[in-house]
Amino acid sequence: MPVVRYCGAAFEAAPGEAVLDTLLRNGVIVPNSCRAGVCQSCLLRAAEGAVPDDSRRGLGAALVEQGYFLSCVCRPSGDLAVEPAGGLETPATIAELDRLSPTVIRVRLRMAEPLVYRAGQYITLHRADGLARSYSLASLPGEDTLELHVRRAPQGKMSGWLFDQARAGEPVSIRGPAGACFYTAGRPEQPLLLAGTGTGLAPLIGICRDALRTGHTGPVHLYHGALRPDGLYLADVLRALAAGHSAFHYHPVVLEGDEASGALVGALDKTVVNRHPKLAGWRGFVCGDPSIVRLLQKKLFLAGMASSDIAADAFVEAPAP
Amino acid sequence: MNSLYEQLGGQAAVDAAVDIFYRKVLSDDRISHFFDGVDMQRQAAKQKAFLTVAFGGPNNYSGQDMRNGHAHLVARGLNDSHFDAVASNLSDTLRELGVAENLISQVLAIAESTRNDVLGR
Repeated sequence: MPVVRYCGAAFEAAPGEAVLDTLLRNGVIVPNSCRAGVCQSCLLRAAEGAVPDDSRRGLGAALVEQGYFLSCVCRPSGDLAVEPAGGLETPATIAELDRLSPTVIRVRLRMAEPLVYRAGQYITLHRADGLARSYSLASLPGEDTLELHVRRAPQGKMSGWLFDQARAGEPVSIRGPAGACFYTAGRPEQPLLLAGTGTGLAPLIGICRDALRTGHTGPVHLYHGALRPDGLYLADVLRALAAGHSAFHYHPVVLEGDEASGALVGALDKTVVNRHPKLAGWRGFVCGDPSIVRLLQKKLFLAGMASSDIAADAFVEAPAP
Repeated sequence: MNSLYEQLGGQAAVDAAVDIFYRKVLSDDRISHFFDGVDMQRQAAKQKAFLTVAFGGPNNYSGQDMRNGHAHLVARGLNDSHFDAVASNLSDTLRELGVAENLISQVLAIAESTRNDVLGR
């Protein structure tokens, strides 16, 4: 019978038994709900061994690529080593702090050892005293530093510290990466649509650059929404990127302002769908404020994008102190 | 005799139907307001579970799950007319996919059997 290894222990599976049942029977606590391969609450990651295709049905390409599977319907034919999501903290140093706009600061982190991640995933930044907040990665794997964009939150503890007190050289640590909002290779001609507000731009920049570096040939449309033109940080960098890649298109959108600034004016979701009313066959990435992310997901889906082709990362803010 | 689920095409049929069905539900003014602000990805997974049930497929959903899952919507006014709207979106989806009428009636009969649980009666 196949052996299932989990956190250093090894359990023998009964004939035809699902990985979830093997673990539960041995006292391992694994969240689960529908037990029918649908609700996805029992997701585990296979570190070694092959899982049947059945146990990955319905998972987005990003999750599959990372080895995730549905343990309640996974009846392995050979030995498996499985693990829950998550990682341990790794030491890092603040390498650079630059204000990109009145409310956004770019934080570059140098890692003691290179972090394995996908552009667009997020990490949790831990200050020496234990304060922790999650931020998306705008950098690409292999670059010297990790790049985060931090919005100054009202009374934000971490953002206030990064804006007003932190200096280059400060030791911190990070946990992660996590998240399934990233580019997956394999369909280089597929048109991509990326949209987000505020610092939702950070993972989207990472995903765009990753796609372009990987040799994506289909059009890549990036929409960045801000309340006013001064919120369109890194516009010059993105215009330069567009000038250098004919497939890449940058569309700044402001809610208040006039078109003379070079930005489109209107609500982000309406602007995107008005310009792209038919999105069947496209892949979408939406990041940032949760209510706008939900709205965009729905609008892209109703415009014809397949639900499995929409990757989303809704930024959840820490409660105000 | 193959089961209804097998005759419909099993998991592949659920996969083919889910986006078409959910897009109809979200575009239907009679019921779309119940879905305002919900997480689409999670909701799509629930629609898939529902279709699996209605297609006679493997599931562990009980009448009590249906009650618990819809109680907050019943409190917001979910009633027979909304249930009917979902059922008609379901049959339209199956017709669009070219499913035979006798199979469609069987699917609708299973969906119908959940009505009282969904509406908390």
